[in-house]
Amino acid sequence: MEKQVILNEKQFELTLQRLCHQLIENHDNFSNTVLIGLQPRGVHVLNRLKTMIEQKLGSTVQCGNLDITFYRDDFRRRERPLIPSVTNIDFIIEGKNVVLIDDVLFTGRTIRSGLDALLAFGRPQKVELLAVVDRRFKRDLPIQGDYIGKAVDTLVSERVAVEWKELEGEDKVILFTPKENG
Amino acid sequence: MDNISVDHLTGIKHLTREDIEIIFKTADSFKQVINRPIKKVPSLRDITIANLFFENSTRTRLSFELAEKRLSADVVNFSAASSSVKKGETLVDTVNNILSMKVDMVVMRHPNPGAAKFLSERIDAAVINAGDGTHEHPTQALLDCYSIREKFGSVEGKKVVIVGDILHSRVALSNIYALQKLGAEVMVCGPTTLIPKYIHELGVKVEHNLMKALNWCDVANMLRIQLERQDIQYFPSLREYSMLYGLNKEILDNLDKEIVVMHPGPINRGVEITSDVADSKQSIILNQVENGVAVRMAVIYLLASKIERH
Repeated sequence: MEKQVILNEKQFELTLQRLCHQLIENHDNFSNTVLIGLQPRGVHVLNRLKTMIEQKLGSTVQCGNLDITFYRDDFRRRERPLIPSVTNIDFIIEGKNVVLIDDVLFTGRTIRSGLDALLAFGRPQKVELLAVVDRRFKRDLPIQGDYIGKAVDTLVSERVAVEWKELEGEDKVILFTPKENG
Repeated sequence: MDNISVDHLTGIKHLTREDIEIIFKTADSFKQVINRPIKKVPSLRDITIANLFFENSTRTRLSFELAEKRLSADVVNFSAASSSVKKGETLVDTVNNILSMKVDMVVMRHPNPGAAKFLSERIDAAVINAGDGTHEHPTQALLDCYSIREKFGSVEGKKVVIVGDILHSRVALSNIYALQKLGAEVMVCGPTTLIPKYIHELGVKVEHNLMKALNWCDVANMLRIQLERQDIQYFPSLREYSMLYGLNKEILDNLDKEIVVMHPGPINRGVEITSDVADSKQSIILNQVENGVAVRMAVIYLLASKIERH
């Protein structure tokens, strides 16, 4: 595997700042907006953005974590069972503007499951999608992001990882390419 | 994390501690699901489950059916009372006929010990034992241990006494296996005639004095006297049994410490447990019922994920 950093710590910070400003631009004071992070790794994006937005606004933003395991479309199509994470949404999203947040947008299947899972908490007014990285050209479903940190063109055999200071020691986005692809 | 090591749940005996922990972890998530406004997830929408009840049941059957429906499985129900079993059909024939209608999983309660294992070796579907005679009732033991874990944070090191008709109880045997695998100490308590002679070989303590047993334990699991399985008289009268082994508020209040009271249901109020104990703060009987759905959802979900797609 060859590693290539596609967003370093400084660019990462700038990207998150931009996403944060875009959200504020569209959602004003967040009085009718909730942010939902998709488990497992979308939650880290959510936590970071929440802190930034709350600092800028000086008020709190309603947030939740959503686990989509039981809504996936690949149950019984994998070797291992899908073991769930925690869903933590203690409010009803009826009539709210919802921003779904994930780290990498790839096939779009996770987001489809997320939309399905979301409906268990009410009928939202509007749902938007935020992703730190958008791997274009390999979408299986007609799903597009509204707020994108960085769009990258990748091969299916490649892998994109968003790493976090609190988990991996540094904020960065890495592209892994298998050797045989050169 | 890996899946559980078995393809059928015929008894706790065949599970490992890791299996039980995977089931509990999955049940945690399902417990969240069943406390949401919309209590249903679409995971099993292409799975069909047959509930075969060759013996009466209220709680277990409803609990399984709810668990299946909340996972979006299709469910067919069968009870022996209104079926061709009465016309002389064998168990394997009955089940194979049902399976020809494309059923992926069978939940079965049967009066004969070993029926679930027998079936699992002969049919092409996942089998869950919902009670086989006096042998095992694995999902009950799982939900009992899950409730203890919920109450205390862990089952490890807890002292649990099972009181009552140990001889005829599948709940007792499954509980002994499950509690021991999770590191709890187990004692059985009841009249000599209702304690199997060699039960100490399973590594459980035996006690005939209820007060001593209760003062030892953290949790008391009170079992029903299974009159329907008793072909001879095992004790002089229910009244005498109740005086010696029934749990009432006075006994509970006179113990050295506050214990947790469990009961797998159905309760015979006034026999093994009085109403004021069953409805007291120390009783987690209704939590057990709620957890039953979550634990059964976890078992069905994990076993279903092993069924190959055709």
